[in-house]
Amino acid sequence: MAINLSVDLGAGLRLSNPVLTASGTFGYGREFADFMDLDRLGGFIVKGTTLEPREGNDAPRMVETPSGMINAVGLQNKGVDYFIEHIYPGLTRYSSEIIVNVSGKSVADYAAVADRLAPLDRIRAIEVNISCPNVKAGGMAFGTTTAGAAEVTAEVRRHWPRHLMVKLSPNVTDITEIALAAEGAGADSVSLINTLLAMAVDVERRRACISTVTGGLSGPAVRPVAVRMVWQVARKVGIPVVGLGGITCADDALQFIMAGARAIQIGTYNFVDPAVGVKVVDGIADYLERHGFSDISEITGII
Amino acid sequence: MTKQLLDLRIVSRRRLPGGMWHLVFSRADGEPMPAVLPGQFAQIRIDGTLLRRPISISDVPDPMHLHMLVRPVGDATSRLCSAAEGSVFNVLLPLGRGFTPAGAGDKVLLVGGGVGCAPLVMLCRSLVAAGAEVTVAIGGRTAADVDALPEMYPGARVAVSTDDGSRGHHGLVTTLPEMALDYSRICTCGPTPMMKAVARMARERGIDCEVSLENMMACGLGACLCCIEKTVEGNVCVCTEGPVFNINRLTWQ
Repeated sequence: MAINLSVDLGAGLRLSNPVLTASGTFGYGREFADFMDLDRLGGFIVKGTTLEPREGNDAPRMVETPSGMINAVGLQNKGVDYFIEHIYPGLTRYSSEIIVNVSGKSVADYAAVADRLAPLDRIRAIEVNISCPNVKAGGMAFGTTTAGAAEVTAEVRRHWPRHLMVKLSPNVTDITEIALAAEGAGADSVSLINTLLAMAVDVERRRACISTVTGGLSGPAVRPVAVRMVWQVARKVGIPVVGLGGITCADDALQFIMAGARAIQIGTYNFVDPAVGVKVVDGIADYLERHGFSDISEITGII
Repeated sequence: MTKQLLDLRIVSRRRLPGGMWHLVFSRADGEPMPAVLPGQFAQIRIDGTLLRRPISISDVPDPMHLHMLVRPVGDATSRLCSAAEGSVFNVLLPLGRGFTPAGAGDKVLLVGGGVGCAPLVMLCRSLVAAGAEVTVAIGGRTAADVDALPEMYPGARVAVSTDDGSRGHHGLVTTLPEMALDYSRICTCGPTPMMKAVARMARERGIDCEVSLENMMACGLGACLCCIEKTVEGNVCVCTEGPVFNINRLTWQ
């Protein structure tokens, strides 16, 4: 029996399967090309891109914690112009969808990056990051109020002609309100969750484990929180929800899909198993076949 | 070089006097090891922790075997060192950039401290095979730390120092008389203060110098940007741009 894994996220973003790889965990894709055929993914989201180059935070930037890790990379990247000139040409060889994660210090920054990416027709979607906990200005500051989320989304909407995904922060009282604000301001989809603000202390040295003291927790430790938030948001918004947070295998991905996610992203586990993406694609197909389903939509949001 | 995900089996293990373990792996599928350059490393998946652990490849003496020298310092490395012969680990390799090759006529000094002696084993063997004249300076706290190491560097002149004077020269490795001789290059791996002292000495004397860094790391593939080192070109990933760096690229003073 043929299994249909393709998903339509609207506004021209149609994926061959629901598996994406998350921004900041998959480089520009080529870092993983030795381990899998990238075209077998639904798509991949390249790392956070800003208007100007950013050096990121000082070391140490990461610490492993129980079933997870805290990071504070601080959006290190060479800027959107470098991306367009040096990275984009190499990405056009892939048939899977390329999504660019966009960050900024100001609303004008986000709009300027969207403007520069708009002529690149292989970039079918951008993911607007209003949820990075690791930079002082911008990032999460926009994503923790409904007004901030709506302002950034509306401004990027004026500058970006194709699919607009907005990545939400879990570090809020009620994530559904932020999701509704993004939807109201023109988002085509929302992705959640970004990392949970966290902290760990090295007691022998009596100092924080990472240079910024606090950072973002990711990995299996956050998965139950993420599944809960995806379920809450999917019941409230009319636009597709993309779920992420600690996915390590097909069963983890299916939790998000059953909770209402139209697509999922794999993040931290790319570091553990650089071939996990295609394993999740195959595992979802196996699950559907085993249970007599022919289309992923039959189980999407069944909880 | 293509990076691979391979299941490696421990075929022999031996505890060295100072507490380090010498582990010998073969591929679970019986195939030969991928090509590895001196100074490259592997990321090992060890049960009980989420992230892989970066470990130096100390040697690939024949195509079927890969050696590691591991000090049990944390939960993961302790579990690796206590794993029985026959245990299988999933390993990502070869990773990073190794040491620059040298040839006949080159005089190379290798300076190792503790577990940092590991990548110098394969480096020494390849330099000797290429016809270079190699001197190895090994530092440790006590005789037990260093006693198993000299035999790992056949074909090289080996000098040993200990902090307590219980073996070889009494003092830091950087005070060995061999350090003051003339070399075309110095390569070092060990504790950062030791490598910084070696780098300072090399810079003062105008000798080319490479150091192998060991920053906290998640992916090993240049994707997570966690293991960065400040360089003259800005922050770069130790896992892909290193772990071996020429000191002229670093901002060390």
